[in-house]
Amino acid sequence: MTASSGHSSTQAVITGAGQLPLVPLARNSGMALDLDWVARVQANTSAIERRAATIAARRSVKKAHQAAWLLKAISCIDLTTLSGDDTEHRVARLCAKARRPLDPTLERALGLRGLTTGAVCVYHEMIPAALRALEGTTIPVAAVSTGFPAGLSPLPLRIAEIEQSVAAGASEIDIVISRRHVLGGDWQALYDEMRAFRAACGKAHVKAILATGELGSLRNVARASLVCMMAGADFIKTSTGKESVNATLPVSLVMIRAIRDFHARTGFHVGYKPAGGISKAKDALTYLALIKEELGNRWLAPDLFRFGASSLLNDIERQLEHHVTGNYSASYRHATS
Amino acid sequence: MTVSEIFDTMEYGAAPESTAEAQAWLDRHPDGFGHFIGGRFTAPQDLFDSKNPATGARLARVSGGSAADIQAAVQAARKAQPAWERRGGHGRAKVLYALARLLQKHSRLFAVLETLDNGKPIREARDIDIPLAQRHFYYHAGMAQLMDSELPDQRALGVCGQIIPWNFPLLMLAWKIAPALAMGNTVVLKPAEYTPLTALLFAQICREAGVPKGVVNIVTGAGDTGQHLVAAPVDKIAFTGSTAVGRAIRQATAGTGKALTLELGGKSPYIVFDDADLDSAVEGLVDAIWFNQGQVCCAGSRLLVHEPVAKDFHARLRARMDKLRVGDPLDKNTDVGAIVDPVQLASITAKLAANTAGTTHVSAAPLPQGGCFYPPTLIENLNPADPLMQEEIFGPVLVSTTFRTPAEAVQLANNTRYGLAATVWSENINLALDIAPKLAAGIVWVNATNLMDAAAGFGGVRESGFGREGGWDGLRAYTKDRAPQRALKPTPLPAPQTDAPVIAGGIDRTCKLYIGGKQTRPDGGHSAPVFAKAGGLLGHVPVAGRKDVRAAVEAASAASGWARSTGHLRAQILYYLAENMEQRRDTLARNLDAMRGGKTGAREVDASIRRLFTYAAWADKFEGRVHGVPLRGIAIGLKEPVGIIGAICPDEAPLLGLVSCMAPAVAMGNRIVLAASQSHPLIVADLIQLLETSDIPAGVVNILTGPHEDLANTMSGHMEIDAIWSFGSSPALPRIVEHGAASNIKRSWVNHGLARNWEGPMGEGRAFLNAATETKTVWVPYGE
Repeated sequence: MTASSGHSSTQAVITGAGQLPLVPLARNSGMALDLDWVARVQANTSAIERRAATIAARRSVKKAHQAAWLLKAISCIDLTTLSGDDTEHRVARLCAKARRPLDPTLERALGLRGLTTGAVCVYHEMIPAALRALEGTTIPVAAVSTGFPAGLSPLPLRIAEIEQSVAAGASEIDIVISRRHVLGGDWQALYDEMRAFRAACGKAHVKAILATGELGSLRNVARASLVCMMAGADFIKTSTGKESVNATLPVSLVMIRAIRDFHARTGFHVGYKPAGGISKAKDALTYLALIKEELGNRWLAPDLFRFGASSLLNDIERQLEHHVTGNYSASYRHATS
Repeated sequence: MTVSEIFDTMEYGAAPESTAEAQAWLDRHPDGFGHFIGGRFTAPQDLFDSKNPATGARLARVSGGSAADIQAAVQAARKAQPAWERRGGHGRAKVLYALARLLQKHSRLFAVLETLDNGKPIREARDIDIPLAQRHFYYHAGMAQLMDSELPDQRALGVCGQIIPWNFPLLMLAWKIAPALAMGNTVVLKPAEYTPLTALLFAQICREAGVPKGVVNIVTGAGDTGQHLVAAPVDKIAFTGSTAVGRAIRQATAGTGKALTLELGGKSPYIVFDDADLDSAVEGLVDAIWFNQGQVCCAGSRLLVHEPVAKDFHARLRARMDKLRVGDPLDKNTDVGAIVDPVQLASITAKLAANTAGTTHVSAAPLPQGGCFYPPTLIENLNPADPLMQEEIFGPVLVSTTFRTPAEAVQLANNTRYGLAATVWSENINLALDIAPKLAAGIVWVNATNLMDAAAGFGGVRESGFGREGGWDGLRAYTKDRAPQRALKPTPLPAPQTDAPVIAGGIDRTCKLYIGGKQTRPDGGHSAPVFAKAGGLLGHVPVAGRKDVRAAVEAASAASGWARSTGHLRAQILYYLAENMEQRRDTLARNLDAMRGGKTGAREVDASIRRLFTYAAWADKFEGRVHGVPLRGIAIGLKEPVGIIGAICPDEAPLLGLVSCMAPAVAMGNRIVLAASQSHPLIVADLIQLLETSDIPAGVVNILTGPHEDLANTMSGHMEIDAIWSFGSSPALPRIVEHGAASNIKRSWVNHGLARNWEGPMGEGRAFLNAATETKTVWVPYGE
């Protein structure tokens, strides 16, 4: 890797989600619950683990390609704060980082400007703060909802929470499913719940958090993924970040294969969001490679792929500085979120 | 491309592995490489090129080994062997450990060199070939350490000639050299003509590891060098390569007394049931047939898909194929690299060009310009009658058909001359574990493919060869019994005295053949007189011919259900036979004494009864093993019957010798065709009566009488006989049997003109049980 390899005379404009020159996709309107399909789904854990374990060894991106891929990863980050001690100022700081995720000198050296993260993800109470801080941008505000993270508050309240968040201006809603419906094999209940959430979202896009670390098996992950997509999820998402096991490559493989199957059957593109535990640039590259291999290039864009992450961005910044300068970087050199 | 352009295209770009160190090593040998003999490199001579198949560029010049080179190497190995064996297990373990460590220390150099020479993707060389080779030396360092305590009755064979293929050059070297050295042998190894370089680098590290001079010798060259090695005065030949060459080696070594193991070709089935995780099964095919460009002896090259999911599965498969990346083997993003040589590329191309059947899908992956590349290819809707469903292509070409039922899957899977490996995909444990034992293969992978490890036996049945590499089973290929052996004197046929009367007197006794549970007359209608030691005429026995062998094998074939009987049942039947023999003890003893003279008959009958008890005891106790492989899952070494065994019984112990062949075979679930003692065959008349009143099902035991050489000739050539044992005293038998065994590469076990004390411990036990079984390694990864 050389110091000059990142310099470029052409300046391209890359902007946040919603402004990429991509053909807008028809939104997933869902389909009737197909229990036969759900029952047929298999997921062989050891085979899935083998595939997941070799993806990083099979695909490698270097130099300018690595830099471009890391920039892509930034554009797909849902920059997130989901803490009980969140304040308006804390959210403002996060939003400032979402607007300008990279140091301007790095941006210039890499030959682009206007890069933003994919979205900002907060609790309902922080939606107004986020909207204010993101004013003048197209960066969407995502709100976690439905009694996040456990999802065990009364159903009418969970639906009302969605409606209030949408009314408050959130354009993306990250809902949590009732894990008990999966663990009990009550696919109809899961479908009905997801349908109700989707309806409550209206125009806002809905991401279904499966809390995969609590579903017990990869087969359950595959089946829950399918049912949520049948019920109209725009995205399926691994985790709240609050489970003891969050996003993993094997879980991701199962979910994106479900997305591929659903697309083959219905033509709808459903997005994928791994969340929790992805904090290294190298991991982000592996995830992008996995998506490229299993779903294809169309999914490598923020309208279909997001990282739910908070500390990933800083590691990416350090790697990009290394790419530009040839020297290894330090965390403190990059603005915090 | 600029960063912003790549941001839009999201291409991988090039990720080349550096060749600097490998090139520097090659550059240090501008005059070419000599052979490694007696711890030194010889002066390079008769040079040929070793090329990079991805570019056609010459990598190095390597010496072509002559008969004199082989002779020098074998002499060096012979000289070094006694001291190497005397060094003891721990002494050898230390050297093998050092080799493992050095392979690890130079792992990247080995990997890059392997990729340059062979054309395989650097990922595979780096993540599979080299780590598995290291593992093999570590594992066998342990075997050397444990040999003294665990194999006290075994010793080294001596000097081993080893010929390895070009598809996994260093890994196959490790599979050959590590167990041989661990057990105290010395070796002369010939790497493949296309891929000699990592073997030469290995020779260098042998010096660093403190391998004594002459213990490892490497002679490079082409097929003629291999022929010289096969013809050289070595104690064993181990060969991995094509079935055609393996057959020629079987013929060339026939009757020489050289031990032989063969690891040959395959057309391994890959069975996908409708309840499988289809995406994972598709991904498994990438590892099965597009691993190493499909140039893998155990490649899952014959896809069998359950009809309900066939359309869906093939659609997923085609989509996956189109995403494979074919190209520069040194690029870390390459899935499929270069075919090893233009000759191999031409062979693949010709086989495909000759095919008009089925529907062909060629991967959409672009091919590089120049170099030896062949695109990943799928031919759907083939039938067993299509040549490409039967012939090994040894390239990145998958053929497929469909099946309706599990039984049909087994039938199609086993409809092949080969029997190396098989893969089964199903989420139903009942189905998977029912199918695995039914497949004619040495290795079965359940919901995985191409898993290999030093601790698990690797090797095939049928024309895929015999012998196992890896694990405890693999050590048998490099050891022999410690007990001293003496030459076997041919037993003379008792000579007639023309005026001798029939001794028995009374009513004439009729001895017939025993085929399919019935006493039958010989097809040829001839009988031969049998004379007593004293010269008197004892009676007549039938002269069995070719057609009687055929009838016996047909009867044995019809008795295939015996293989599925329980060990408990087989034990009961053998005990009962012993019980009945005890009842006839005096008659049997008297008749034995009449044939042979002397008074040893009773002792032989008693020994025979004990032997029946021994194998009745073993019938439910010769157990498989769970291997210690590095996997979440189990790798089981199952003991399975060989199938149909032909046995030429010893002359000198007409009853005990026959029982010693029959009982282990029957106990392990085989069917057997026995050629009784040639000099004293009349005892079978009594034995047949015993068998008729026993519970042994018709066809499990078949007994012929007649000239051993003729019967051996027909039996060894019979394609439905899976193994042949020869303990007859005719000096011509070992060659006849081993040469004939080349017909279908059947296993053979011959006495090489050496005597066996049938009464003593050498007359029974593990050697017989091992010969009567095949080890099938069944891999079952698990996890939920």
